[in-house]
Amino acid sequence: MDRLHEVEEILKTVRDPEIPMANIVDLGMVDAVDVDDEHIFVRLMPTFVGCPAQRVIIRDVEKALRDHFVLAISVEMGMLTPWTSDRITEEGRAELKASGIAPPGATLDDVACPFCGSEEAVRENLFASTSCRSLFYCKACRNPFEAFKPI
Amino acid sequence: METNLMTLEDALGQVPYRSAVGALLFQLADDDLLIGFRDTEWLGLAPHIEEDVAFGSVSQEELGHATYYYHLLEDLGFGRADDLSALRPAQDRRNAVLLEMPNGPGVFLDDPHYNWAFTVARHYLYDVYAMVRLGDLLESSYQPLRDVAIKVLREKRYHRTHHELWVKTMASHSDDARKALAYAMTEAYQATGDLAHDGGHRESFEVFSIWPRVGTVGQRWHEEVKAFLEPLGVYPSGVAHSLAINGRNGEHTEHLVSALQILSEVYRLDPTAQW
Repeated sequence: MDRLHEVEEILKTVRDPEIPMANIVDLGMVDAVDVDDEHIFVRLMPTFVGCPAQRVIIRDVEKALRDHFVLAISVEMGMLTPWTSDRITEEGRAELKASGIAPPGATLDDVACPFCGSEEAVRENLFASTSCRSLFYCKACRNPFEAFKPI
Repeated sequence: METNLMTLEDALGQVPYRSAVGALLFQLADDDLLIGFRDTEWLGLAPHIEEDVAFGSVSQEELGHATYYYHLLEDLGFGRADDLSALRPAQDRRNAVLLEMPNGPGVFLDDPHYNWAFTVARHYLYDVYAMVRLGDLLESSYQPLRDVAIKVLREKRYHRTHHELWVKTMASHSDDARKALAYAMTEAYQATGDLAHDGGHRESFEVFSIWPRVGTVGQRWHEEVKAFLEPLGVYPSGVAHSLAINGRNGEHTEHLVSALQILSEVYRLDPTAQW
């Protein structure tokens, strides 16, 4: 496996600290990876400008790479490419569901209950436990659930 | 119109350009710091638990925006981001006066009686302005600002949607609610005299294409606000907004002094501490 590929596999082991089943690659947070004989450079994208997990994610990426490579590691968060929720891959969407979070729909209310699949949900709050989520209530199985906001 | 894009390196090499970008960034940063702080004062006190949850995110996002702008200022050599946010005295601040106004009588730790209608009115008026300004800045010649503008704009859009819902709800729910909102909207509107003021930097914002449309931002903001509020019966028609205190020129009220004192208290205990 070439080194670039190796780095990408390592990045897949880094999870979003607040979404236990989702990794940063499947959330579409990796903007650029550059590898040569001496350096590894990774540029990530913050999902939300004020996301408090940014420093933790950078630290986790640095550690994961340092545990695997002896090259110089450089990781940063950049705004060159704005992160949008449509960067979340199909795997990422499945990971969100597995964490009990409905993946983002085309519109705010275009969500299905991650527990029972029903589309009969009522939006209770545009803002939920974190910036990136809204709060819904499923009328079918009567569970509240969070949904990733389309942005 | 082709705009010559300027990188951080370009700006560092051109004193007048750097100065003009700095002036704009201080307005942006100080605006979001102050409204973010006022929003945090509702935690535990909001009239509905869902609003408490919502304001947790709204305030975090506003402070996140401010933090980003302070870091852009740090990159330009204006000082450390933490120092810029916490240590600058009131007369150096460039936020709009609307944003430093208290949420209501009392202080957070001592018998607060905050006014929800005023908070909704203030946030709605600011959210619209923030969006108009950011829409303009998508075309800014300063690349680092242009790059982040779209992200901030999309987040502000959700704030605006949220507060528009509150405005609509209060305006149509009951006579009492509509009257409270109308009164608050008048109070808030009166304080918007400096919101769209350029702080004396209009020429440099235009000449350097940092904010080419700055000259009409106030008018465009006003049109959007009127179009939304008038059909709801809460537009403060006939009310003039006052420019007696111009925050863009560093003129502020004692409310800013006390807000800064509170928000900087922990930091000032030891500005060299590692957080």
